[in-house]
Amino acid sequence: MSEPRTLLDKIWTDHVVCLPPGRLPLLYIDLHWVHEVTSPQAFDGLRAAGRGVRQPGRTVATVDHNVPTTPRGTPITDPIAALQVQTLERNAQEFGIRLFDIDSPDQGIVHVIGPELGLTQPGMTLVCGDSHTSTHGALGALAFGIGTSEVEHVLATQCLPQRKPKSMLIQVSGRLGEGVSAKDLALAVIRQIGTDGATGHVIEYAGEAVRSLSIEGRMTLCNMSIEAGARAGMVAPDEVTFAYLEGRRFAPRGRAWDEARARWRHFRSDPGAKYDAVVEVEASPLAPLVTWGTNPGMVVPVTGHVPQSNELGAGEAAGVARMLDYMGLEPGTPIEKIRIDRVFIGSCTNSRLEDLRAAARVAKGYRVAPQVRAMVVPGSQAVKRAAEQEGLHRIFQEAGFEWRESGCSMCLGMNPDILQPGERCASTSNRNFEGRQGRGGRTHLVSPMMAAAAAITGHFIDIRNWQFR
Amino acid sequence: MQPFRIHTGRVVPLDRANIDTDQIIPKQFLKRIERTGFGEFVFFDWRHTPDGALDRSFVLNQPRSKGATVLVTGKNFGCGSSREHAVWALADFGFRTVVAPSFADIFATNCAKNGLLAVVLGEKEVSDIMQRTTAAPDYQLTVDLEQCRVKDNQGFSAIFAIDEFTRHCLLEGLDEIGLTLEQEAEIAAYEARRQT
Repeated sequence: MSEPRTLLDKIWTDHVVCLPPGRLPLLYIDLHWVHEVTSPQAFDGLRAAGRGVRQPGRTVATVDHNVPTTPRGTPITDPIAALQVQTLERNAQEFGIRLFDIDSPDQGIVHVIGPELGLTQPGMTLVCGDSHTSTHGALGALAFGIGTSEVEHVLATQCLPQRKPKSMLIQVSGRLGEGVSAKDLALAVIRQIGTDGATGHVIEYAGEAVRSLSIEGRMTLCNMSIEAGARAGMVAPDEVTFAYLEGRRFAPRGRAWDEARARWRHFRSDPGAKYDAVVEVEASPLAPLVTWGTNPGMVVPVTGHVPQSNELGAGEAAGVARMLDYMGLEPGTPIEKIRIDRVFIGSCTNSRLEDLRAAARVAKGYRVAPQVRAMVVPGSQAVKRAAEQEGLHRIFQEAGFEWRESGCSMCLGMNPDILQPGERCASTSNRNFEGRQGRGGRTHLVSPMMAAAAAITGHFIDIRNWQFR
Repeated sequence: MQPFRIHTGRVVPLDRANIDTDQIIPKQFLKRIERTGFGEFVFFDWRHTPDGALDRSFVLNQPRSKGATVLVTGKNFGCGSSREHAVWALADFGFRTVVAPSFADIFATNCAKNGLLAVVLGEKEVSDIMQRTTAAPDYQLTVDLEQCRVKDNQGFSAIFAIDEFTRHCLLEGLDEIGLTLEQEAEIAAYEARRQT
């Protein structure tokens, strides 16, 4: 009998090209996503060294970080951003890489369109010059973010020298309550283990609460693995995964589909497999969560308050005064009393159809509070079309939300969608770092339902008490 | 890549934990398509007041930081975004090494690819250095990658661990892509095997 192996062990072993003596294992990369911000210097590096792209067919590009979310056809007003987008177009053409450009019906946030097109598949290795590449792990792929030098490395060799990461099992028992979403579970995990709790590890999420999430919910969960420091997050593929993938454009078809599905079933941890770390989380007591500080681990239930210094751990208390000053908050303030100026529903964390449906269900029949500016930014053109087919855009527009074009938008504010200094935002994105959404902006991370409800009431409110119309 | 062997330089203390790459290089500077020239933008929002003036209270704007090459900081340095621009900015500013109790994974990898040595020391050792440098603005540290040792000339000395391959590449200033391409036959064989 061979040793029981984890999901990570299996994908890893399948992709080790060789073990050169005195060097790191060489890991083969099945799929490489490229976007405009972290790639120009990598292509320049190839040109400078006279190297080409080894596997253009395993390399796919899109533009997402910089693109405006105003109607398509509007030129990019920032000349430096425009040049960056053009540079990707030129590089894609020169090196023969498929590009979903700004006018493509498939354009979108790289981590939304990968799964949506069926390009991300179980058992794969996948990288992208973006830390939220962990999102793709929801389909049972080993997917991680890399820097620009590594982007160049993968372009040139289709491989990366990699030390095998450690494994962490996050076992989530029970079920999430009504109004409590995958986003709340992700925030709860970070609260429990800390923003560096999973450094050096690949997380495998398991347990009843994870199994009962849709693929979109699993993507939200895996997406935020990096906020706990993890290299990647993953969920073993199951029938939910196969049903999600079947019929997608780049998914196998016919006999190839049957063979692929049979092969994918093998990508699960064996009973008794050993992990380097195991964390247990209980889903049923979780409430909707709201961050109050400037890292994603600073989070409390919506029914709670901004912590007093004596409620913080020794490690946390340092720097909290600065954090609260930045956030413009007093210790002890009830979360539901915090008033907001802006709402952002979007990002690779929460911009898929399920997220928009959840937010629209809350918004239906209501109006956005007069002092609040709220925007909905679908994750991709395909999400936008699907939402419009269901009439979600009308629900949002009638409620006073802006309905915009797809891109990363105000998650990181590289395009014109930013907070003004001092503005407070309920955001479905993934980082509440200082200045992330605009210099001096104050970000509170929440689920799509919580964000929609905050838009309407003008302050945070427990979605579990919402009167749906 | 510039090799790193032994370096002695003046120290900048930045005593905060969990400094993310959005702070090291804010997003407005990520639109540039060059690899150089990021140094003037490092920690931009912390170095400037909202009206654009230099904030003299921030350590990088103080005389002690001019010409400094060693950054000493809190745990989980470089967390968040994978932007290698953060490393380019630190290196372009003049830093050769960053000493902290821990680093985020992607940031640490990016450091190694650019000849910026990320040194992990214990919390106690980092706080010891922090105290010494805060007391003496001209305080210097020597970081010796050959011996894996950090020391000053006043009795502080600590050894650090680093993965042997990373150490070798840094010491020699190696082109890692070139190394991988030496395995061309293995890569081709792997690809052929996968297709059957």
